[in-house]
Amino acid sequence: GLSWGTISCKMVVKGKKSDGEPVKAWKSQPCRLYVKGAIMGFKRGLRNQYEKTSLIKIDGLQDKKDVDFYLGKRVVYIYKAVREVKGTKFRTIWGRVTRAHGSNGTVRAQFARNLPAKAMGGRCRVMLYPSRV
Amino acid sequence: EMPATARKTGKRSVSKAKKVVRKVLVRTKIGKKAPHNESATVGRSASYKRSGKWAVKAKNMGKFPVVKAPVKKPEPTPKAPRFYAAEDTPKPFTRRNVAKPAKLRESITPGTVLILLAGRFRGKRVVFLKQTSSGLLVVTGPYKINGVPIRRVNQAFVIATTTKVDIAGVDVAKFDDKYFAKAAVKKTKNADGFFVSEEKKEELSPARKADQKAVDSKVLAAVKKQEFLKPYLNSRFSLTKGQAPHAMAF
Repeated sequence: GLSWGTISCKMVVKGKKSDGEPVKAWKSQPCRLYVKGAIMGFKRGLRNQYEKTSLIKIDGLQDKKDVDFYLGKRVVYIYKAVREVKGTKFRTIWGRVTRAHGSNGTVRAQFARNLPAKAMGGRCRVMLYPSRV
Repeated sequence: EMPATARKTGKRSVSKAKKVVRKVLVRTKIGKKAPHNESATVGRSASYKRSGKWAVKAKNMGKFPVVKAPVKKPEPTPKAPRFYAAEDTPKPFTRRNVAKPAKLRESITPGTVLILLAGRFRGKRVVFLKQTSSGLLVVTGPYKINGVPIRRVNQAFVIATTTKVDIAGVDVAKFDDKYFAKAAVKKTKNADGFFVSEEKKEELSPARKADQKAVDSKVLAAVKKQEFLKPYLNSRFSLTKGQAPHAMAF
């Protein structure tokens, strides 16, 4: 689910408690199906910013020519809130990679609702779908 | 009544236009006849012959064929409706777009190993069987290897690897969208049923289990022929530090 790149596979016995009862825990396998991205800010000139479009720096992406793989991929910004909504305290804002930004691998993304300012410098996930491979 | 003077002198009461025409005719020495024009309308009889109506008549025994007007059924007088809406309800526009099924990517052929990117089985590597008529892909784990049953998957949520399994002998004709359609749930009109939540656990039909076995036995046999393919299908795909999917060959 929303765990950080792992998936719980099965219950395994980790050890024993003092009264002899086995301690069970979920064994997890790494399963990160997204690329980590950093939210750099909004599209802007020096004195004006346009919050409709966010700038994302995708891990490992350093060239404009490699951006083609990520075009159209869905991006999600995940944040926590106190109140539980639909069974979870995690909330999401989904978006998509729209185009390259500059020549060094930065990418523009548009979200369903504009990102909040506190997301700047924060983490987002660039999923591998919709896949064209 | 025309004055007597005018009647006597007939030529003088002719209009200017006619005078011009008469002058032209005299000049061209044709006289009162109109200048002969080849493409001008011909006489009545000639034009009748030209039109070919005589041939139609001849075909129909001397008469023109008479086409009877189609008998109009008397329209049933509509009953006055029992209910008139107080306000005009807006009619939704008729949709003429019909979405075509997604075209299968060239990298996906029957037997290709696919990586599922989302859903319950995300990260699992499965074997592709066929594409349904609606464009979805039918895949199988095989179930014994990684727990993925025969299932439908959307092409956009799948990465195709270059690993192939030979599923030439597998019969996949019966797996279409109809096969996967959920059985319609009967709604009970009970007053009690409204408050009581029926929690029925859907048992997997033995037919489905039998289908799974039939397909998987052949797929497993093909999987065993390739070295390391079984543990490969058993493992999940994951990105790790330093890996960039745009630089990976799947």
